[in-house]
Amino acid sequence: MELNGAQIVVQSLIDEGVEYIFGYPGGAVLHLYDAIFQQDELKHILVRHEQGATHAADGYARATGKPGVVLVTSGPGATNAVTGIATAYLDSIPMVVISGQVSLPVIGSDAFQEVDMIGITRPCVKHNFLVKDVTKLAETIKKAFYVATTGRPGPVVIDIPKDITAPNIKVTYSYPQKVSIRSYNPVLVGHKGQIKKAVDLLLSAKKPIIYSGGGVVLGEASSELIEFTKTLGYPITNTLMGLGSYPATDNQFVGMLGMHGTYEANMAMHESDVIIAIGARFDDRVTGKLDLFCPYAKIIHIDVDPASISKTVRVTIPIVGDVKPVLDQMMELIKENKNKIDGVALAEWWNQIRQWQSVNCLEFDRSSPLIKPQYVIEQLYEVTKGDAYVTSDVGQHQMWAAQYYPFTKPRRWINSGGLGTMGFGLPAAIGVKLAFPDADVACVTGEASIQMCIQELSTALQYKTPVKIINLNNRYMGMVRQWQEFSYESRYSHSYMDTIPEFVKLAEAYGHVGIRITKPEEVRPALEQAFALKDRTVFLDVMTDRTENVYPMIEAGKGHHDMKLRVATGTSTDRELA
Amino acid sequence: MIRHIISILIENESGALSRVAGLFSARGYNIESLTVAPTEDPSLSRMTLVTRGSEDIIEQITKQLNKLIDVVKLIDLAESNHIERELLLIKVKTSPEMREEIRSLSDIFRGKIIDVTPTTYIIEMTGPSEKLDAFVAAIDPDSIIETVRSGPTGISRGEKGLHL
Ligand SMILES: Cc1cc2nc3c(=O)[nH]c(=O)nc-3n(C[C@H](O)[C@H](O)[C@H](O)COP(=O)(O)OP(=O)(O)OC[C@H]3O[C@@H](n4cnc5c(N)ncnc54)[C@H](O)[C@@H]3O)c2cc1C
Ligand SMILES: Cc1ncc(C[n+]2csc(CCOP(=O)(O)OP(=O)(O)O)c2C)c(N)n1
Ligand SMILES: [Mg+2]
Repeated sequence: MELNGAQIVVQSLIDEGVEYIFGYPGGAVLHLYDAIFQQDELKHILVRHEQGATHAADGYARATGKPGVVLVTSGPGATNAVTGIATAYLDSIPMVVISGQVSLPVIGSDAFQEVDMIGITRPCVKHNFLVKDVTKLAETIKKAFYVATTGRPGPVVIDIPKDITAPNIKVTYSYPQKVSIRSYNPVLVGHKGQIKKAVDLLLSAKKPIIYSGGGVVLGEASSELIEFTKTLGYPITNTLMGLGSYPATDNQFVGMLGMHGTYEANMAMHESDVIIAIGARFDDRVTGKLDLFCPYAKIIHIDVDPASISKTVRVTIPIVGDVKPVLDQMMELIKENKNKIDGVALAEWWNQIRQWQSVNCLEFDRSSPLIKPQYVIEQLYEVTKGDAYVTSDVGQHQMWAAQYYPFTKPRRWINSGGLGTMGFGLPAAIGVKLAFPDADVACVTGEASIQMCIQELSTALQYKTPVKIINLNNRYMGMVRQWQEFSYESRYSHSYMDTIPEFVKLAEAYGHVGIRITKPEEVRPALEQAFALKDRTVFLDVMTDRTENVYPMIEAGKGHHDMKLRVATGTSTDRELA
Repeated sequence: MIRHIISILIENESGALSRVAGLFSARGYNIESLTVAPTEDPSLSRMTLVTRGSEDIIEQITKQLNKLIDVVKLIDLAESNHIERELLLIKVKTSPEMREEIRSLSDIFRGKIIDVTPTTYIIEMTGPSEKLDAFVAAIDPDSIIETVRSGPTGISRGEKGLHL
């Protein structure tokens, strides 16, 4: 088949099985857009800002496990995409971003809309390619998908100069079935000797804990993790990115760990003698102060990326490999040797954990006349029967969604953990809804975050992606205000906005339904109404208690055993509604 | 802070060098020197990088380098028996009464005088970096016009080697 470069890009994406491409046109990609126009297999979603394209593709990828695909023009289109690329990078999300570039002969001449996209994205991609030869285009695209989706996934940028896609230059096209890259061979199966040692250590534990993360979601190993945990009978905690990979409603689950994790999860980590970290990367939000981290524990760490192992915390038994086969390998040995578990010690350990749980660290004031954000999330859980896809933005609302919506399936909780990108939630929800049109998709957000990508409300209308936006409107950048309250004697420097838009009108202006509520008793009916409007995007503006803080909390420089808990009174000082 | 010499076999692609250099600056690792040139297989380049760091840092450096898609293989030469060489070119002022002295000093260090003018010598010398340091230190600083050093390159002894 003889195709020009633009047709090769489109056909390669189709042959790769790509369903949706999220993009925004411009000069350097006009040939590509012309090729997109002339076919209808590959569906293009026109966003309103390139950041929205990357987050929507990212949401699609997180919900489906398939790579998200983005198309942006050179220069400003490319730079607008960078935040979304970095967001995907820090959470190891598979994504392929095609950026237009100025034509080869003028590269380096400060041409119109020229930026060095390869240089700009180098530190926040898994890899990037500049295509200099149209005959290499199909192979490069295949390589990009291969790199993005294998090993530790991540975003890959393909920068394509305009002349490479020129309509008049045709070459023979065939999409490679397979590619191999001699310098790239991720290790998937675990080292047998290490696995044997790990199982021995695990079975000898008196105070074990399983600490699992996003790697279990990325590695599609949720059922293996459940079998592993159930067989051992050990407590399990998840990172923010791991939520849903183990059912949060199960009684072996002790909640999230880390800065806003539960008291019991953090105490158990602190007191534990053997920790097995599974697809988790010892992020600083998880470890707290490193010198104080898990002083009594020997640590086993399974990770597909050797660089994640012993990066911040030195581990006793490293296992490089894909979590799924490694857990299978471990299970064989565990089943044979299960009798080695010290049942008495384990029962004592559970006793201790149940005591920590009795502190009820997530309790909040349920008699308040103000809407408590935690209550909204609890009700969201009830109304969606725990089965929604929940995206979030960044801030207090994100933590409350993580704490009060017990996820029972992987890929349901979709948030920016590593980069913490405000503006992520709405476009991500659109991406999820495209992937699963029949599912309930909620975007839990705050009045500051939502304004960072609010323009995507227009995209939601155009592509009929009826998502439900739950705006926990506390008239503050709550997360910032909370830190200022705790660490800066309540000097709320620029953490509030005097001019917050009327979101109901804004939603209506974009063609959606807006609902504003101010009283606790309105929460349930409003949520029911929102989800009953199956084919409408609903913006639910919830006026919450603006003084509410996220508890419990490990403050900067503290260890897991030193959590700040909610003081029993918990009453709000500021009862006035803005 | 032990000195390590990391030898890297890397795809001879445009941008490969900047990936390595960028990694070091982004992650705050130090580079003492970096040399790079294509190998006998023109699709590959060999890079020699000298760095310093604690054991943990060096471990991260090698892991992060290995993670770069363009990096085919690497070894830390400091971990085994190896030979290390650096090239020095030095241009010195030579007054008539000093010419003989500089020449014999260069001989002692097995240097070669490769350019002579009535008032200058250019001396070429290879060796481990410390030897070159010693030579430079032995010359009167006022007479040095310029020096240029390649930075060390190295190769391991015996049958083992860094190749595909
Ligand atoms: C406001 C805010 C507050 C936060 N508070 C908390 C908090 O209290 N608690 C918390 O946990 N986080 C919190 N985070 C998130 C935190 O910043 C990190 O994003 C998160 O802890 C990282 O999760 P993870 O360790 O599971 O790693 P991920 O970033 O999910 O990384 C996955 C790891 O698994 C590996 N991996 C990937 N695929 C595989 C595979 N197939 N097999 C094996 N390994 C694989 C990767 O190499 C990587 O090491 C917060 C973020 C924000 C924005
Ligand atoms: C793009 C970006 N800018 C700044 C921040 C720092 N930041 C983290 S949370 C937050 C406030 C978020 O406010 P809001 O969306 O209202 O959520 P709330 O905390 O009030 O629930 C800010 C500014 C960020 N994470 N992302
Ligand atoms: Mg807010």
